[in-house]
Amino acid sequence: MTRYTSVTDSDREAMLAQIGVASVEELFAEIPPSLRLGRPLELPVGLGEAEVYEHMRALAARNSSAEETICFLGAGMYDNYVPAVVDMLLGRSEFLTPYTPYQPEISQGGLQVMFEYQTAICELTGMDVSNASVYEGPSALAAAGYLAKLTNARSRFVVSRGVHPHARETLGTLSAGYGTSVEEVGLRDGVTDPDAWAAALDEDVSAVFLSQPNFLGAVEDLEPLVAAARAQGALVVLSADPIALGILEAPGRLGVDVCVGEGQTLGNRLDFGGPSFGFFAAREEHLRRMPGRIAGETRDLDGRRGFVLTLQTREQHIRREKATSNICTAQALNALAGVVYLSWLGREGFVELAELLARRTAYAREQLAAIDGVSVLHAQPVVREFAVSLGLSDLASVRRVLTRCAGERVEAGYPLGSDYPEHPDGLLVAISERRSRGDIDRLADVLRRALAAEHAAAATGGASA
Amino acid sequence: MSVRAGSTADAELTIFQKGQRGRRAFQPPALDVPLRPLEELIPARLRRSVPARLPEVTEPELVRHYVRLSRRNFDLDSGFYPLGSCTMKHNPRLHERVAALPGHARLHPLTDPARAQGALELMWGLERALAELAGLPHVSLQPSAGSHGELAGVLLTRAYHADRGERRTKVLTPDTAHGTNPATVTMSGYEVVKVATDERGGVDVDDLRAKADGDVACLMLTNPNTLGLFDANIEEIARIVHGVGGVLYYDGANLNAVMGISRPGDMGFDIVHFNLHKSFTQPHGGGGPGSGPIAVSEAIEPYLPRPVLVRHGGADGNGSAVEFDLDYDRPKSIGRLRGFQGNYGCFVRSYAYICSLGAAGLRDVSETAVLNANYLLARLRSLGVCELLPPAYERLCMHEFVLSGAPMKQELGIRTLDLAKRLLDHGYHPPTVYFPLLVEEALLIEPTETETKETLDEFAAAIAEILVEAREDPELARTAPHTTPVRRLDEAGAARRPVLRQAL
Repeated sequence: MTRYTSVTDSDREAMLAQIGVASVEELFAEIPPSLRLGRPLELPVGLGEAEVYEHMRALAARNSSAEETICFLGAGMYDNYVPAVVDMLLGRSEFLTPYTPYQPEISQGGLQVMFEYQTAICELTGMDVSNASVYEGPSALAAAGYLAKLTNARSRFVVSRGVHPHARETLGTLSAGYGTSVEEVGLRDGVTDPDAWAAALDEDVSAVFLSQPNFLGAVEDLEPLVAAARAQGALVVLSADPIALGILEAPGRLGVDVCVGEGQTLGNRLDFGGPSFGFFAAREEHLRRMPGRIAGETRDLDGRRGFVLTLQTREQHIRREKATSNICTAQALNALAGVVYLSWLGREGFVELAELLARRTAYAREQLAAIDGVSVLHAQPVVREFAVSLGLSDLASVRRVLTRCAGERVEAGYPLGSDYPEHPDGLLVAISERRSRGDIDRLADVLRRALAAEHAAAATGGASA
Repeated sequence: MSVRAGSTADAELTIFQKGQRGRRAFQPPALDVPLRPLEELIPARLRRSVPARLPEVTEPELVRHYVRLSRRNFDLDSGFYPLGSCTMKHNPRLHERVAALPGHARLHPLTDPARAQGALELMWGLERALAELAGLPHVSLQPSAGSHGELAGVLLTRAYHADRGERRTKVLTPDTAHGTNPATVTMSGYEVVKVATDERGGVDVDDLRAKADGDVACLMLTNPNTLGLFDANIEEIARIVHGVGGVLYYDGANLNAVMGISRPGDMGFDIVHFNLHKSFTQPHGGGGPGSGPIAVSEAIEPYLPRPVLVRHGGADGNGSAVEFDLDYDRPKSIGRLRGFQGNYGCFVRSYAYICSLGAAGLRDVSETAVLNANYLLARLRSLGVCELLPPAYERLCMHEFVLSGAPMKQELGIRTLDLAKRLLDHGYHPPTVYFPLLVEEALLIEPTETETKETLDEFAAAIAEILVEAREDPELARTAPHTTPVRRLDEAGAARRPVLRQAL
């Protein structure tokens, strides 16, 4: 017996008698002896709660988290402040511990949350309809690819190199299954190259994929890119940073077919990459090909307002091999965090936050570009993330500089060299509302000294310092 | 039970219908950098032209709204939740505490691995434990849920065959399979071929033999299957599939029955997915998050999703420090399935669970889960319930069992749905209904190991009572539930005229 199992010796005796067998062993009689493990699992012995806590705390202590560093890492996940109300509400048993709401009469809370979440996502994106969440950002973009595949029988996807590298790769992984090829269009001056974009488009293109802002932090001028794709009859999929939509035009007003994105930044913690949620919103014409759960409003027998999971004939448990997606469990709790966060920010706060970030980011960009040898990687407008060139020769020297910064408890940013070999000394820097002007000044100071040390070491041939 | 009808007029309003213009819960940090005009930063034509009409509420309004909503949910912490195939076991609160430690919760996923060694060591420990439970050597934690693990598995299968210069077209699934199996097959570009179920509830081996040919990429199987039965022919099934060069995929949704007792790898499976939100007690959150790691054989390993977690040093006894890293240099990899490293927050919880239980405890979990299921079935039988709700198969079950409501429907005039809805009035979450598809009026019951004998006795008595009551007055069940915040809802109407957002 463990602290999470229920049966005492006397319980077991009574239960076996009721079943009519002599031992627990007999209950497993169907498993052929050749398939029995026949030895204890090679795992440690179980620990008490306090021991487990200490073990988990010791592991946590070996991670350099945003709690103890000044963190300028972004690149898809951001150290935004998570308000206390989010923790409090997500900790409630009634939200934390139910399964998917298959019994609507006892799940009105969760179903209404989904309905409110869908409303919030539609407001953010300006799209007609939203589902109740998918796994996370990159797989949301790939799921939009599958929607396009179900919509038209065309053979190619065209994806901007400004789309998150993880999302581009995920799209490639999934489309390899159903056989749509993926072609990439490069960036020029930090944004999708309009000429290469136009050249890649023809009537074989099933869907195009763009990001706003793009991975380098640059705000794309979407209108001509979208228009070029629509002229060829391709679906337009946009991955958007929801926080940036406080200041940038709503995708729904730009002719986008599907707007997806990473929801972590909306009230979810970093958690080393998950769980978070992906949002998935579309024009109404795509509703019946959308993946995932969707909550809808209805009435009960007494005419009271209520909510149910709806349009389930799209889904795997009803439609099986003809389903529009295989997704079952999604990210309901994380989506709850999202809608609570957006309600906490509110209509005005949503705009104020984006404007604050834009101003602090502009300041940070100027401070870093003022360092000797450092220059902006592109001069495009940015909202909360920007890229600089450090004036170094390769990725290895960038990593050494970042390690020096980390030694002073500053995570200076994400090195671009492995995802963008064309920018071997590129650094992507993210600003959250938790990064004050003082933090930004500290970043500039630490980075300046780390670069100087790197240059000095290189000059004396001791680059491995 | 928390879910009771009460004064609900207010609860029917959404957060968008509350508050007033100008109310707020958020106060932005002070502007400490120059107040640059927005025009200088972002040209007007790229800026938002219409506001997002988000709620305008104070923090007290916000809290009260969502606390009230929460009270309209039934949850595992307040009552028995025998939802078959979902393994609704207790969620230890220790896990929430340790997952919230800032070293885990505020760790950025792109932190240099050298500065995230604790996280990588935790993932390594979880990988090794899952490999041992599966009886397969290699693990990827990346998939986000069971169905995502399935997708990984079928794409791995495709890559494995392609690397041998083969283009196979079909994937076999039993007719009892979870819906995610056939849906995954189609998404991966394969054709679904259904295999029949034999009279004992297992795979019809003759039908399998007839359908297994050189076009078969893979068989997807759950064992114990969705009927709660262990398929004793699994070795023969594996021989048939491997004999035509196919891969055997294990849907791990039912792993809670066999941990430390029998391992999918030893049964002949090449790829296994785990549901951390089932067997390993990640709270389900009302529909996620989950996590769906996969374990694979040596033959499949080269194709695993990138990046792969690796460990350097330490093993050779020369005193070198152990170091963990993420390996992206995987030329045969199917690539990523998602961003970053997977649902790490779920890994923390499931790893803590494994540390708590240890080798003997995990075996005890499965033994108790199977004992509880068989006991509940026996208890129902002893109360005469099975005369109206007979087991679909007269065998010992594993961790769950299927009853058929067909005789109940015939004799009492109430359907499985009615029984389920009446259970709501008794304070229970009903079992899974109308699945598996091949059992008429199916009721799939999974009690899990965390429930006590007393709870099982009370639940059995409640079902018996509902049947007795229905013989007197079937209307009570047909019109149930009667005590919930809303009564039965018009689902057909919701689908016919979809209202999917608050009108503003």
